[in-house]
Amino acid sequence: MSSFLRAAQELGHKDLSKFVFCSGIGCSAWIPSPYLMADSLHVLHGRSIPVALGVKIMRPDLNVVVFGGDGDIAGIGLSHMVHAARRNLDVMVVMVNNMIYGMTGGQVAPTTPYGMKTTTTPYGNFEYSLDVARLAVTAGASYVARYTTAHGEELTKAMKKAITTKGFSFIEAVSPCPTAFGRRVGFKDVAEMLRWFKTNSVPLEQASGMSEQELKGKIITGEYVHREKPTLTDNIYSVAKEAQKLAPA
Amino acid sequence: MALRLPQIGGFEVQMEDEMASLGAVIGASWTGAKAMTATSGPGFSLMQEMIGYAFMTETPCVIVDVQRAGPCTGQATKVGQGDVMQARWGIHGDYAPIVLAPNSVQELFDLTVRAFNLAERYRTPVILLSDEIVSHMHESLVIPPENQIEVIDRKKPKVGDSKFFMLPEVAPMPSVGEGFNVAVTGSTHDETGRRFTADQPVHQRLVKTLTGKILKNADEIVDFEAYNSGDCDVGIVSFGCTSRAVYEVIELAREEGVRVGSIRLKTVWPFPEEAVRQMAQKSKAIVVPELNMRELFYEVERAVRGAAPVVSVNKVGGGDMITPEELLSEVLRSVK
Repeated sequence: MSSFLRAAQELGHKDLSKFVFCSGIGCSAWIPSPYLMADSLHVLHGRSIPVALGVKIMRPDLNVVVFGGDGDIAGIGLSHMVHAARRNLDVMVVMVNNMIYGMTGGQVAPTTPYGMKTTTTPYGNFEYSLDVARLAVTAGASYVARYTTAHGEELTKAMKKAITTKGFSFIEAVSPCPTAFGRRVGFKDVAEMLRWFKTNSVPLEQASGMSEQELKGKIITGEYVHREKPTLTDNIYSVAKEAQKLAPA
Repeated sequence: MALRLPQIGGFEVQMEDEMASLGAVIGASWTGAKAMTATSGPGFSLMQEMIGYAFMTETPCVIVDVQRAGPCTGQATKVGQGDVMQARWGIHGDYAPIVLAPNSVQELFDLTVRAFNLAERYRTPVILLSDEIVSHMHESLVIPPENQIEVIDRKKPKVGDSKFFMLPEVAPMPSVGEGFNVAVTGSTHDETGRRFTADQPVHQRLVKTLTGKILKNADEIVDFEAYNSGDCDVGIVSFGCTSRAVYEVIELAREEGVRVGSIRLKTVWPFPEEAVRQMAQKSKAIVVPELNMRELFYEVERAVRGAAPVVSVNKVGGGDMITPEELLSEVLRSVK
């Protein structure tokens, strides 16, 4: 949240009147609502992105920002993220990835690393985790970056780019859940988790020269893509303009 | 709609699933737009959670459900009327819906207009409960000039207002981007949108207000077509495609010397309890034809309270209607 607010301020926004926030269910869904003095739609688990689409099409002048957890965006709501990227819907999605269903008691999530013990995988996670940032790139996002909350400066910079990039931007902010994740994995406190984020992160450029074995369990940080093409709103308004020419008098 | 809407300043988007469809409708509604979606049984099932969200957040929107023969995929292209109770109770938690039931092409138009007006007036999702036959019919349709169509718009807040929810008289609704800093949530909230996720009195007050604004205004919302309902041997309560047989049954029964009265529901919910009871008090029997295994029947029985025996006439699947002859024989049998 602080990275986002810093980014908005550095971009010259004195308040959040040009923003609308949509969020689903989960700890990170509570970032905009009730903590921000702004319009916010706190919707169903996983369904924040379609609601954001409805807002954006009717009000393309507003910055629509979605905050959600990995359960919200990569679990129940994954298809909406993929389709929003495909459409190049001009909204910014911040996925706060704590690698677990934290609010509900620490159940295994699609982002939980293989082998990790959680309340529903007490013998270790027997599934592989999803690389959501890479998926967003493949699906057609205009901007994708992944940093951890231990990378405050980089995260703020990425937020600024995400706000200003036309099209679908996706930021994965790897963040600590000391109560439901850290405790079970064996971290003493938040500070230790943040240190682990730092030592366990590999910048994207460096990672490209490393083997799969070397990258096992690492968090690969950096900018995955930055490109622009016409957005959903650009396209839908230009189609409407053409349609109006064909309208019966 | 995909063809016409962009020509007149609207938009149509084919979403990835039904939750997304109604989600986008709700997002659009919070910008001040009038928005709707249409589906059939399976999609209506998927939408239930989002209907609950629209109800809880008092978001005006219209949902068309064209009923098919369920459950599940069932006979996906064949008519059914099995969503009557789903439309009433489909969402989890306490709920009071507005559900309209057209029985002609003209009414599909008229009741869609009314659905939007009710949605805006009461700030609530309104369901247009059609069926495969009514929605695929070809009939003549009169679209009145725009200035002859009654259009109701939601009440807007004034600068400085902060109560946007749960007022018994229906709260004014701001749009996003107007500077009201409106906090919309599907969690329990107070008049300002502030969340109260554990407080009993707030939750009870919220649920009572949301259901109350529909149920207490039932007189204004309820709409039905009555024929001879105050003076008949047998009364028929029907809706949608099944009601189309009733007109002919009335004629055929008259030839047999039986006077048939009819209440044809244009709103299934709220249900016109009082009118149905009064018809039952004057009749020897009430007949309820429907393309399901008894849904409306129980509501009629509940309203009639033993004033007359209630007879159910059912048929499901195959795209088959209850024919006037079939309905006539049940009507005649009920007074023997």
